[in-house]
Amino acid sequence: MSGLSMFYAALLYVAAGVLVAGLAVKIRQYWTTPAPLKIAVTPAPTTQAGAWLRVGREAVLFESLFYSNRWLWIFAAAFHAGLALVLVRHMRYFVNPVPEIIVLAQPFGVYGGMAMVGGLLVLLARRFVIDRVRYITRPSDILMLLLLIGIGVSGYGMKFANPTDIVAVKAFIMGLYVFDIRELPVEPPLLAHLFMVALLMIVFPFSKLLHAPGVFFSPSRNQADDPRERRHLAPWAAKLEG
Amino acid sequence: MALKPVAPALDDLPTVPALNPGVMGGLKSYVAVRAHQEPLGFPGELVENWEQAAVAKMGELLGKYKSLRVYLDICVKCGACTDKCHYFLGTGDPKNMPVARQDLMRDIYRYYFTPAGKALGGLVGAKPWTRERLDDWYNYFHQCSQCRRCSLFCPYGIDTAEISMAAREIMDSIGLGQKYCNEIIGKVHKIGNNLGLPEPALIDTLEGLEEDVKDATGHDIKFPLNVVGADVLLVTPSADFFAEPHVDGLIGYAKVFHQMGLSWTMSSYASEAGNFGMFIGNYEQMKKISMRIRQAALDLKVKRIVFGECGHAWRVAYAFLNTLAGPFDFLDPKYPVPQHIMELTRGAIMSGAVRLDPSANADKIVTVHDSCNIARATRMGPEPGSQFFYPRDVLKAACPKFVDMHPDTTHARTFCCGGGGGLLTDELIDLRIKGAKPRVEALKQAVDQHGVTHMAAMCAICKSQFTKVLPYYGYDMGMVQSVHQLVSNAILLGGNS
Ligand code: SF4
Ligand code: SF4
Ligand code: SF4
Repeated sequence: MSGLSMFYAALLYVAAGVLVAGLAVKIRQYWTTPAPLKIAVTPAPTTQAGAWLRVGREAVLFESLFYSNRWLWIFAAAFHAGLALVLVRHMRYFVNPVPEIIVLAQPFGVYGGMAMVGGLLVLLARRFVIDRVRYITRPSDILMLLLLIGIGVSGYGMKFANPTDIVAVKAFIMGLYVFDIRELPVEPPLLAHLFMVALLMIVFPFSKLLHAPGVFFSPSRNQADDPRERRHLAPWAAKLEG
Repeated sequence: MALKPVAPALDDLPTVPALNPGVMGGLKSYVAVRAHQEPLGFPGELVENWEQAAVAKMGELLGKYKSLRVYLDICVKCGACTDKCHYFLGTGDPKNMPVARQDLMRDIYRYYFTPAGKALGGLVGAKPWTRERLDDWYNYFHQCSQCRRCSLFCPYGIDTAEISMAAREIMDSIGLGQKYCNEIIGKVHKIGNNLGLPEPALIDTLEGLEEDVKDATGHDIKFPLNVVGADVLLVTPSADFFAEPHVDGLIGYAKVFHQMGLSWTMSSYASEAGNFGMFIGNYEQMKKISMRIRQAALDLKVKRIVFGECGHAWRVAYAFLNTLAGPFDFLDPKYPVPQHIMELTRGAIMSGAVRLDPSANADKIVTVHDSCNIARATRMGPEPGSQFFYPRDVLKAACPKFVDMHPDTTHARTFCCGGGGGLLTDELIDLRIKGAKPRVEALKQAVDQHGVTHMAAMCAICKSQFTKVLPYYGYDMGMVQSVHQLVSNAILLGGNS
């Protein structure tokens, strides 16, 4: 067993642990913090089911962004849809046997990766070119984009520049499930790719990536517009009654 | 302010200005003194250990408000909101971009509350308290009218109004309140309305109105006050009692009640629809002010509560009243609680109980300003979007010629008048003029293309703000009309009860 394989196994265990525990803490916090007042931005659905549908459209279609900034919507959608395809494509490294649907999705995953990196490059350029966006950008916003671009580029490096023994990679990953540390091929693009992915997992619950779970907890979107019909009272506000 | 403030040159919609950092940094509304602070239970002056006190208060609010908790974390700095705020569009000051306004709080939040901020500091934008940052808070959180246009356009619905309300609450708690809001709230607690009109003055005013309307129409239109056993309690902004064009709207409501044959009353105890507790983000104050309305409804033994024309008031009434002062199980369950006067008037027009002769407004080409708090925080009828077509139905029935302004400035996308959210004070006139710019640009377009002569408004603050700032742009203050003023002109009195 090489030290490198041990290191990467440990890194990935830690990253997965931080991701899951960190997200659990944050989601619990978002879930349990009360919203004392009805603040849905109207016109809003009058039923709770309708409100969840609205949230669903935000999460999947980026509805508000579509009406807000069409160019940004195009590149944000390219990045996110590309990322989704890439994740589907990567499923083949995590499950055995590989389901038919994921086999069929493989070629799309390659295009997805291009859309993802292309979208990210535009998002990065915006941060330098548009004065308003430059003003609100913090160093971490740029680093986050570079990290994602790095992950995409190193992924392509594995595929085209420096073909990696993916059978061995899959064996390594499947081994992690059963705490059997197998040999990881020593290929620079692969090692860079895995390292950056682990880093992304670690920063996820501490960064703006929390927008992924957070969008479901936004009271201006997930509340039904029914304050006259139903009395809404938060527990801490109920204590003021009397 | 030594120089007379001047209006910026109007552009074509939509023009996004170049950044002009710091131009509005020095504009500061008057700070509340002890006499404004203490009656509300706030410290009379900035407390000694304000940094810790502010952090403690922020921690408390993070546990009480899901909005704050989630919104401070999840902004991705995409910039979609940056060109949506009228105060940024009018001033070019980057701190008036919604996300930058939020960041004034987010930077502090990161420093004191997040592991990333504690470990990485400036890399993630985390910043500790300094006196300059507190001054920025005071100035720029009082340059937000809490209109929520930014929230509409944010992919996560991040609502800067929630952030600025929380910021004001934190500042109040450390002794740095705003004079305008806190003085007014004190008046409501003491006298019953924002303007401090005591009961005798109200009686006087209403008697005068009865006489004026009798002279003008020949009809005995009543303006009842404190009538026990009336069916309807009307709660309306106190500006309706004397300001122009507000009072013409009040006359319109009275005529509608008269024609509908409804028994109604106003209350001197709850003689204010507006609830400035919302502007300062203080739940307890908002509740206390709302409880006056409940108490008045109980004392006067009414069956329904109806609100007059007001934007922020209707938000608190429609969206919060049931929470703050409910349950209203003692009222007639046939009617929503509360109702908007527009719901009554439209219903009466549709049913024929009220008949209008639009030729009375034939000299006008009318457009309407959707009050942002009505547009983005409420409804009027049962269906989503009724807050837009109810007033339009009423206006079209009352006026032969009605035109809408540019669609990017109406309905949910409406621009604030520039004076809402606790900013309707003289020392902020420069901001108020500049904040009105996008609305006036849309108005100008409607005037130039369609010959619009009048703009109807349905909010006391909007009406006061527009009558004050339109002249700076070369328009007559008489352009601003109450919706119910136009109804009042056109209503056919008598004959059909
Ligand atoms: S639109 Fe929303 S997520 Fe984007 S910068 Fe503005 S507040 Fe942040
Ligand atoms: S709530 Fe209105 S005033 Fe405040 S930042 Fe958003 S758009 Fe501007
Ligand atoms: S005064 Fe009217 S337009 Fe201005 S913020 Fe309030 S509701 Fe909106």
